Amino acid sequence: MSEEKYIPKSKLGQWFDSRLPLLTLSHHLQAYPTPKNLNYWWTFGGILTFCLITQIITGLVLAMHYVAHVDHAFESIEHIMRDVNYGWLIRYVHANGASMFFLAVYIHIFRSLFYGSYKSPREVIWIIGLLIYILMMATAFMGYVLPWGQMSFWGATVITNLFTAIPFVGESITTWLWGGYSVDNPTLNRFYSLHYLLPFLTFGLVILHIWALHVPGNNNPIGIDVKKNSNETMPFHPYMVMKDLIALLLFIIVFLWFVFFAPNVLGHPDNYIEANPLVTPSHIVPEWYLLPFYAILRAIPSKLGGVIFMFSAIFILMLLPWLDTCKVRSATFRPIYKKFFWVLVFTVILLGYLGAKPPEGIYLFLSRLATIYYFAHFLILLPMLGRYEKTDPLPQSISDPVLNKPGVLDRVKKAASEYEGDNVGSFK
Amino acid sequence: MLAHLNNFINKIFIIIFLSVIPCVVFAEENKINLIKNNWSFDGVFGTFDRASLQRGFQVYQEVCSGCHSVQHLSYRNLAEEGGPEFSKEEAKAIAAQFEVTDGPNSDGEMFTRPGKLSDKFIKPYPNVQASTVANGGAYPPDMSVLAKARAGGADYIYSLLVGYEEAPSGFELDDGVYYNKYMVGNKIKMSEPLSDEQVEYLDGTDATKEQMAKDVTAFLVWASEPHLEAQHKMGFKTIIYLLILFTLVYFSKQKVWSRFGLKADNKQDTFDKVEEIVTEYEGEDPKSFK
Repeated sequence: MSEEKYIPKSKLGQWFDSRLPLLTLSHHLQAYPTPKNLNYWWTFGGILTFCLITQIITGLVLAMHYVAHVDHAFESIEHIMRDVNYGWLIRYVHANGASMFFLAVYIHIFRSLFYGSYKSPREVIWIIGLLIYILMMATAFMGYVLPWGQMSFWGATVITNLFTAIPFVGESITTWLWGGYSVDNPTLNRFYSLHYLLPFLTFGLVILHIWALHVPGNNNPIGIDVKKNSNETMPFHPYMVMKDLIALLLFIIVFLWFVFFAPNVLGHPDNYIEANPLVTPSHIVPEWYLLPFYAILRAIPSKLGGVIFMFSAIFILMLLPWLDTCKVRSATFRPIYKKFFWVLVFTVILLGYLGAKPPEGIYLFLSRLATIYYFAHFLILLPMLGRYEKTDPLPQSISDPVLNKPGVLDRVKKAASEYEGDNVGSFK
Repeated sequence: MLAHLNNFINKIFIIIFLSVIPCVVFAEENKINLIKNNWSFDGVFGTFDRASLQRGFQVYQEVCSGCHSVQHLSYRNLAEEGGPEFSKEEAKAIAAQFEVTDGPNSDGEMFTRPGKLSDKFIKPYPNVQASTVANGGAYPPDMSVLAKARAGGADYIYSLLVGYEEAPSGFELDDGVYYNKYMVGNKIKMSEPLSDEQVEYLDGTDATKEQMAKDVTAFLVWASEPHLEAQHKMGFKTIIYLLILFTLVYFSKQKVWSRFGLKADNKQDTFDKVEEIVTEYEGEDPKSFK
């Protein structure tokens, strides 16, 4: 963070700022120095903020028309879709917005994994980020229950039933969560209440996330510390704002393409069937963004074990800054880690695919394999790589690698040859 | 040694990758292929064929509505833009054919009156249980969002409607259960609903089984997404707008970034490096420069 003292220009500004330093904050946000080599993978923070705000605003409007009652919820959704002015648009933006939010958050997380953004001194940013991710999953899960379709009801039943696996008190905890002896009206009501609350908690955590980010500043694709207030950084506004805006617009185009032309492909058709506690759907599956964890849950042959592994799969990420002992941040300079990173990406996608399949035969076998690999990546591979991997030499500054890009050195040689003049022919 | 290890890791990854894919592909091969139609409402510019929707409504009215409700549609929807677009008078006349229970009136009595545009489609049975009992224990699903509630959507509904066949020999069917190629488990409690010339189309179209299936499917797609046309129109405009905005922002960004002199900066760095390299090699035989 730049430590220069900001003094507002006008007398009024100075008067106000000395009482509540909002102008200083605003100045800080504009002048915040960002490494000039940030690539487009770094634009997803801004995109995620956009997603959260979109969800809150559309959700606010939906809440004005939605009825949280088992007899009316499904009908009220159809009322929104048909009779509320542009209700279809608002609901489809909200429903697809959830998917887009997760798409962006997964890219954001994997970017962090690739460039080692979770490493010292950014551990707290990383942990707050994971808390946001967990809140997002809880919020999305409860939001999916609200339309009271078949998948809403049965998804809620499966997930809340997981708590019965807790020894001794499991049954009573589950009854307490349900507000009864099965998923029913009280459950729907409390899910609605919490679904409304959690985004605001998320918003609070987002502020902490950004605050924690602004202490050490951004990591960057090279992963070495930048010299602040040198020519290696540029002010956030207007440079990063413009870059973020470009990425955001592209993201919105993809987002709205889903909203207008394929609003239901990311959902499950069964959720357009009203919830019926007497008819169980043949496959109960959560939304796509929860599938990898669902696959892990079902890969373990015991219920309690499955629950433990599923939650561990998320919480193990909290330990990542200490499991990965390699001091080099960016995978660009870690030839072996780079490969394992892509294998991890592949494993998570594979788990997602398997989560959507019935847990039998080859699917079950593969999900067990992938689950083992997932945990091995964090618990075995990363500590080992930290010890044995030979990393590539790091450049002196973030400007340096420009010379290491393919073609640049050739151009340098060419320039040098022209410089020499006489020996052009013999200079190869 | 390191290169060796690297190679080894690469090989292992390739083997794992190549062995997972066939497993997955192999496991995928057991799906029934639905009959694919070219629906007018598909795609970015998709719109409904009004005549087809009107015929579809007629099929629904004369064939389906005996058992299936469409409880989320109102009679006014029939006259709204983007639907079958009956005239208001026609829609009123359709609504008026039905008896609606209303009330209580000022005497506390329920009464019946002819349907109005604002009424929801009248249900064939008062509730799900009555409907289930009357149909041999199988509830004929409400069709308001049926096209969205079935994987395959329009193609699935069409395929199912024309997918009745003689059961293959050895296939056990109970009384009141029929064989359908596209139904899960091939058993369906709905008897074949459509047969040639079952409906006499008002517009003179030949009422083949396929034609009726097509029309009623289109009607059901509209019923489940009555704003589909508005959605497509707005989507097209929005995306064009965003593409233009994107172009403008892109050039603005280039302009703003050039202000920082980032490129000049890099060039300066490069130039410094060149000088360094050249100084280093000055006086030596240029051939040694690699």
